[in-house]
Amino acid sequence: MTARIGVVTFPGSLDDRDAQRAVRLAGAEPVALWHRDKDLHQVDAVVLPGGFSYGDYLRCGAISRFSPVMDTIIEQAKAGLPVLGICNGFQVLCESHLLPGALTRNDSLHFVCRDQKLRIENAQTAWTSSYEQGQEITVPLKNGEGRFVADERTLDALEAEGRVVARYLDVNPNGSYRDIAGISNAAGNVVGLMPHPEHAVEPLTGPGTEGLAFFTSILKQLVSA
Amino acid sequence: MARVVVDVMLKPEILDPQGQAVQRALPRLGFAGIADVRQGKRFELELEGPVDEAALARIREAAETFLANTVIEDFTVRVEAEK
Repeated sequence: MTARIGVVTFPGSLDDRDAQRAVRLAGAEPVALWHRDKDLHQVDAVVLPGGFSYGDYLRCGAISRFSPVMDTIIEQAKAGLPVLGICNGFQVLCESHLLPGALTRNDSLHFVCRDQKLRIENAQTAWTSSYEQGQEITVPLKNGEGRFVADERTLDALEAEGRVVARYLDVNPNGSYRDIAGISNAAGNVVGLMPHPEHAVEPLTGPGTEGLAFFTSILKQLVSA
Repeated sequence: MARVVVDVMLKPEILDPQGQAVQRALPRLGFAGIADVRQGKRFELELEGPVDEAALARIREAAETFLANTVIEDFTVRVEAEK
């Protein structure tokens, strides 16, 4: 039996189809989830995709965070359901307080779109176990509000507990504190990531295939569980 | 109808690049002597009923959970005088 991985579509989601495609290429079954439906349809994990849910009104992710599907996801994530939030999905996870800190406007004020080099700092989370610790990868990055901020105590705790999952290399594209590109919760089942691994799963359409391992990681974990 | 105003500002320690861009543009436009600019949000809430302590408590709760992200923002709630 193959793993079922849900991908939520909010009004204004952009990358839900690409996330579904990445799930399929990794060998799992993508399941479309709708923001107004509380039911997760027995999925084994959830991806919150990138985009501009609710037009980024109020704050990025602030309105999506109160959607019916998120009530169920927040409850189940606390009980161990693996959740990956990419870009806008990361913003939703921070607004939901499943992850600490917040994502604010890029220090340059420019929308940044580039192939970004990253270092995987923690290869033990549910979403990164197919990488080597310290592996360097390149995946697309595209955001206007991707600057991760948190108070010093939170940042120190994230570092000490190994919860910085990925860090920007060479260039810090948005002014994120400590070059942070992604973090996890304490249990490691919830990961938020600003760059887009789902856009680097096929050589034809991305800078390479180095993003695919986020999706094979979760599959490996679900199959062995 | 009674109006309650919620002002939301980034916390002082959070960088405000939009405010900085506005501040840098001011001298160019001939507005000298402005040392710093911080940009925030203002919400005007029109209440159906009276502004009593219970109503204000609900509005503070809305500001805390929804209108502001208290990880990065502070907010104030005040009642606007009736005209």
